[in-house]
Amino acid sequence: MMNLFSLLFGGFYALSASGNAETTLTFEPGNFVDMLGYMGKGMLVIFVIIGIIVVATLLINRLFSRKK
Amino acid sequence: MEILYKNLLAFQWEQLVMILIGCLLIFLAIRKKMEPTLLLPMGFGTILVNIPASDALTGPIKELYEAGIANELFPLLLFIGIGAMIDFGPLLSNPMLMLFGAAAQFGIFFTLCMARMFFSEIDAASISIIGAADGPTSIAVANVLGSEYVGAITVAAYSYMALVPMIQPPVIRLLTTRKERLIRMPYEQASVSKLTRILFPIVITIVVSAIVPQATSLIGFLMFGNLIRECTVLDSLSETAQKVLANLITIFLGISVSFNMTAAQFLKVDTLLILGLGLVAFIVDTAGGVLFAKFLNLFMKKKVNPMIGAAGISAFPMSGRIVHKMGLAEDPQNFLLMHSIGVNVSGQIASVVAGGIILSFFGA
Repeated sequence: MMNLFSLLFGGFYALSASGNAETTLTFEPGNFVDMLGYMGKGMLVIFVIIGIIVVATLLINRLFSRKK
Repeated sequence: MEILYKNLLAFQWEQLVMILIGCLLIFLAIRKKMEPTLLLPMGFGTILVNIPASDALTGPIKELYEAGIANELFPLLLFIGIGAMIDFGPLLSNPMLMLFGAAAQFGIFFTLCMARMFFSEIDAASISIIGAADGPTSIAVANVLGSEYVGAITVAAYSYMALVPMIQPPVIRLLTTRKERLIRMPYEQASVSKLTRILFPIVITIVVSAIVPQATSLIGFLMFGNLIRECTVLDSLSETAQKVLANLITIFLGISVSFNMTAAQFLKVDTLLILGLGLVAFIVDTAGGVLFAKFLNLFMKKKVNPMIGAAGISAFPMSGRIVHKMGLAEDPQNFLLMHSIGVNVSGQIASVVAGGIILSFFGA
């Protein structure tokens, strides 16, 4: 995997190195798995908040909708 | 005579490349009409800051950056204008549409995992917010987190928003069958009272801020703009917020973001990777919305057209219109516009919530 990355980006690294620009890139595939917890928590929190907003909106609609 | 060529000789090739990039942004803005209100000032600003010994970099652009972006002021003021432009009517008619807005933020969190393989936690979080498909949120979150890639993140966010008509349709077609794309969704307009329209921005602000206090400014300014619109006693302010305020801030925002577009900050392999990750974010956002709609269809008697899930990204109103056009292309009698626009404005709220969640995870 690392070799593939070097092959793909090696040219760009050389380009960066030749100029003033510096790169701080690393490649650590294990970090993907480490961040999955944030993915799960983030999606859960967003659905909970949107769920509360949906319920609140339904309530507002019911309480203050125009009488026919 | 030396004065004629002294500064010309100081040019480095990286600065010339950046000036070309500035010209490209101006070309895309004028010729291709890609987010011209932002890309044109950014392109011109990029030229200004890449002239050797440019006084713009140490003077006005630096001052504007510190006065309006380093402290989040410009993105927040722009949110007042955006809030004043949004009609939440279709969403209030069918609040369940908001769930699609939540699902379509999946690209943010997937990109967070992808970006973390290459970048530090702070930079990965900042890059992931490109998936909010919402320029002001991207700029604000990247700034609060102190990312060094604000320039590249802004270019990616606005460029892909302009490219939504090219990015979304292939993803939607890939994930849906023709039968699914033909599903009709009759629109039953529910009457929404003025009081409901006024209460909605207030309730949203309180709910979101109470749970994710880091999103208070973002959601608060957006909903403040909407309250100005809906209260109907501030029509003049609403019009000013929608036009004059939004236009003025966009000019300053674009040119001051270019403070980060110097060769040393922009011209590196990191930028290419950020552009690639931004594309991943938009694709996965779209896929998240469509797949969530398909999942809901497993349980619902009244099926939804899964294409409307794709409108849950915040790129307003392009995404809603694309879904509508795709529906019409499959069946000229299938009008999805009100549903897709409802989902699209819910994406606006959900992307701000997602920005707040990212800040709560990784902010100081």
